[in-house]
Formats: sequence, C-alpha cells, structure tokens
Amino acid sequence: MFQKTNKMLLMVIGAVVLYVLLKIMITTGVINPYWQRVLFYSLIVTIGALGLGIIYGFTGQFSLGHAAFVGLGAYSAGYFSKTFGQYGGLSFIGALLVGMVFAGLMGFLIGVPVLRLKSDYLGIATLGFGFIVKVALDNADKIIPELGGARGMVGTPQVANLEWLFFTALIVIVLTRNFIFSTYGRACTSIREDETAADMIGVNTFKTKLMAFTFGCALAGLGGGLYAHTYPFICPGDFYFLQSFDYLIVVVLGGLGSMTGTVVTAIGWAFLLEGLRFVLGPQFVDFRGVIYALILIITILVRRQGIFGGKEFGFLVPQVRREKPDAALRG
Amino acid sequence: MESFIQQVINGLQLGLMYALIALGYTMVYGTIGLINFAHGDVFMIGAFVGYLGYSSWGLPWPVAIIVSMAVCAALGVIIERIAYRPLRYAPKIAALISAIGVSFFLEYGSSLKFIFGPDYRVVQRPFRSITWNLGGVSITNIQVVIMAVVIIFLLFLLFLVFKTKIGAAMRTVSFDHDAARLMGVDVDKTISFTFAIGSALAAVGGVLYAIAYPQIYPFMGIMPGLKAFTAAVLGGIGQIPGAVLGSLIMGQVETMTAAYISSQLRDAIAFAILILVLLIRPSGILGRSQQEKI
Repeated sequence: MFQKTNKMLLMVIGAVVLYVLLKIMITTGVINPYWQRVLFYSLIVTIGALGLGIIYGFTGQFSLGHAAFVGLGAYSAGYFSKTFGQYGGLSFIGALLVGMVFAGLMGFLIGVPVLRLKSDYLGIATLGFGFIVKVALDNADKIIPELGGARGMVGTPQVANLEWLFFTALIVIVLTRNFIFSTYGRACTSIREDETAADMIGVNTFKTKLMAFTFGCALAGLGGGLYAHTYPFICPGDFYFLQSFDYLIVVVLGGLGSMTGTVVTAIGWAFLLEGLRFVLGPQFVDFRGVIYALILIITILVRRQGIFGGKEFGFLVPQVRREKPDAALRG
Repeated sequence: MESFIQQVINGLQLGLMYALIALGYTMVYGTIGLINFAHGDVFMIGAFVGYLGYSSWGLPWPVAIIVSMAVCAALGVIIERIAYRPLRYAPKIAALISAIGVSFFLEYGSSLKFIFGPDYRVVQRPFRSITWNLGGVSITNIQVVIMAVVIIFLLFLLFLVFKTKIGAAMRTVSFDHDAARLMGVDVDKTISFTFAIGSALAAVGGVLYAIAYPQIYPFMGIMPGLKAFTAAVLGGIGQIPGAVLGSLIMGQVETMTAAYISSQLRDAIAFAILILVLLIRPSGILGRSQQEKI
C-alpha cells in the first residue's frame, strides 16, 4: 500500500515538474510561439491517438475514420463556444464536454451497426463514415450558418493554453490507464486477442466493443474540442481521411496495445513533421514528404511490432495486489 | 429518358475505369490479404508516364499505354519486393502502414520538381474528340475507345487467371500459401506476378482516366484509388467478378447521384450504400462468407 502511494506521488511530482519546465521554457522564450504551436498540436494528437489506441490498440477494432470524430468534436465544441462563449472558462469546459459527448454519441450510433463487421471491412465502413462526415460538414452551413461549411469555421474563442492542454492530456492518460487495467479494459484486450474465446469465457463482446469504441470516439471529440479552441480557423479538410491515417500511423508505430508508445509517438511524430521543415531548410523543404514517407517505411520494416511493441513505462502500470487472488479476478 | 440513358453511359465509363483499378486491389488482397494503399498512386504514375509518352516522347498512344504498363508493372514488383515482402508474415497492419508510407513516397516523390512537379497539368488528348448523336444520346469516340480498351483487358485478365498455368498458380496462392508451396507453386514469383498484372492494369486505367478527364497531378490517384477499393469491397474483395460488379455499381451510383440529387453528396451517398451493403452482406455482394472455425 505504501509503495502504491509512493508511486502515485512520484507521478504527480513528475507531471508538475514537467509542466513547470515547459512553462518556464515558454515564458523565457526557449520555446518560441512556433514550437509552442507544435507542442500544442502534439498534445491534441496525443489525446485523439489515445482514443484510437483504445479502439484499435487494445480492443482490436480497425477504424479508419478516427479524424471524423475529432472533427465532430471540434465542430460541436466550437459551435457551443461561439454561442455561449461569454462565460469564460466555464463555457470552455462546457464546450469540451459537448465535443466529447457529441463525438461519443456519434461513435455509439455508428458503432451499433458497424461493429458487427470484422477487420478490414470495419476499416472500410469507418472510412466511409469519415467521407460522409466530411460531406456533411462541407454542407453544414445550409442548416447552421455559423458552422461555415466548406469555407471553414472562424471565431471560436482561442482560450486553450498550455495549462488546459497539458493537464487535459494528463487526465486522459490517467483515465486511459485506469480503463485499460480495469475489468472492462481486460475484456477489451481479450477481444483483441481472440473474439470467439472472449465470447466463450463470458465477455459480452458486442457491448464491450461498443463501449471501447464510444470511449475512444469521445476522446477524439475531446481532442477536437481542444483543437477548435487552439486554432482560429477549422475546416472540414482538417478532419479528412488523411488525418485518420495520421492517427493510425501514430498508434501502430507506437506499438499496438501500448499507451506509452502512443503518447511518445504522437509527440515525436508532430515534432518530426515540423522538425523536418526546419532541418531541411527552404532549399530542400520539398523533400519533406519524401523523407517522412521513407522514415515511415523504414520504421515499420525495422520495428514491425511498433516502437514500444505493447510495452509500457513501468510507472504507467498499476501494481496488482497479489495477496487477494479473488479480488484480482473480479478486478 | 434520353438523359437517363446518357447518365447510364457516363456511369458505365466511370465504372469500367474503376474496374481496372479495383482489379489490382482485389488480386493483391486475394493473394496476400493486404489493402495496397499505394495502388492509387501507381495509377497516377501510369497516367503521367502515358501522358508523357504520347505528348513529350512522341509515341503513338497505344504504344504509350504499353510503355506505361511496363513501367508500372516494374514499379509494382519493386514496391512488393522492398516494402511488403519483408512484412508478409508480420501482422497485417504492419504491411498496411508500409503501404501508406509507399503511397506518401510516390505522391511526394512525384511532386518533386525534377520528377513530375507539383502542378496540375491539363492533358492534351492524343486524338480529337468526336461526338456522335444516336437518337438524343451523345457518345464520344473517347468513351468508345475507353470501353473497348477496358473490355479487352478484362477479357484478357479473365483468360489469364482462369485458363493459364500462372493464373492457376495465382488462384492457388490466394487459397493458402503453404499448400501452394507444397504443390510446387513458387509463391514469391506468383505474388510478384500478381503485382505486375495489377499495376499494369492500373496504368491502363491511369492513361484512360487522363484522356477522359483531362487533368493530371501527383495526388490524383487518392480518390479514384479509394473509390475503386471501396468498389472492390462492395463486390466482395478477392473476387475478380466482384471487383467488376462493384465498380460498375459504384460508377452508376456516383453518376446518378451527381445527375439527379446533388454532385456534392456524391461521395456521401456512394459510401452510405457501401456501409448498407456491408451490413446486409458483410463480405460484399459476391464475397464468400468466412465461417469461423474453432
């Protein structure tokens, strides 16, 4: 028991130290506004990618439409803020909740029919859903003019800052960790390993898949909500299938079933893309896409199980209390 | 009524072009179970090589198509050798990420100034467009050429797959790699051959697409590629007749939606139909349903 509290304390201290370090670097200008944007984007990607990590990495449900849920979250949260933005921080929290709930709800509604499909077919169905969302957002201004349709939405209050993004990401990491090591999380992992076997030992596979999918989509919506309050302009093209591929790349390169991998890769990926621009300079910046593609191919050829390959940093894994096997079984 | 027949013909043209791309997806999926996301970009390379062939290099256009086929066949084999073969028995997702990487590589590589350049190019057609009017329905010679070429290649492919030795090998490999090996089939060579054929067909599709919708650019392969893949899934992936059927349906749906509902809703309705079909028949219209063995 003592050891557990100790570990929790260390985690909290580590998070605070990291936050203070980032804060000092931003205020002193070590991280200039440009890299600050990259940092913010990387945190948003982390949150969304953890959602896909739950859906695909831990539950094994192949989704190629993750960015669509980020977009649904961004648009619903942005719309909420534009309507009720005058209440400051409170309305921002409200907006994030709206984004989360709306994306989660849509995930639930689309999940009920499509989660009966398996592997690649599920991927194609979710990809199709992503296209449908893009078309819907493109034409949304015909019903709600504030959404801006294909011209994009402007005018969301830019209230997201380091504190909001950093601590939301932290909360999401803790939530994800708690979910994964809960009874429900174990059930998800069992479905990933073998759905038929999971079914036979009494896991309600459909319900569990739906729960994981809804939770993952809600996290995507949360990421979207933050996105809408970090960038003054959002358009349907920001949440297209190529962005869904980005989330997939992050989750797979990090290693399926590794939260650590997802977080580290999400941050590394965002910085790699911008870092390449910086390293190559104006003369060779055209090569950025080619080099990114090569890094992608080589990484997956060398580490086919992903960079972390299902492993976690020790401090993210809760200790199992071995003295009560019954309790462990019941979770 | 005339305008409806007109739309059917336009849809047929689009569908047949999708079929050429969809066949490559379906054959690769059938043999190694991989969604080859780079296939749409091979189609793009095919369009560029074909166009350069008859415009800059001064080849007659049928020769340009053949040159383009050869280049893309080689490209397909090289892609498989470098990016997919090392991951063949790894989890499927690894090869899929590799395929996305290859796709980015071809797109961004083609955008480089000393390759094809990032700009949209307007394609000069190799022959003049002539429009015939048959009782209110207009047909262009371009449509006739496209339909004829596609049908010739489809028949050729059917002959190849169902009547030749290498076709038998391809069908064997698509059942089971180990069993195929035991029967004396060279699995690696057969898979390379599958990629060569699929990529060559995509090249034909690319050149015809450039002639029909005269504009090419390095990212042109993404949407037709995804649509064709969707069509292959719709028809039942892994099945050659399924790919053709799915593509024809996809072509009609898209054209009809654009003509009678709204061209903006085209993609949404096409994909909504896909999802509905998958919910009713989870392995596509002609797909074999997989019985899970325990």
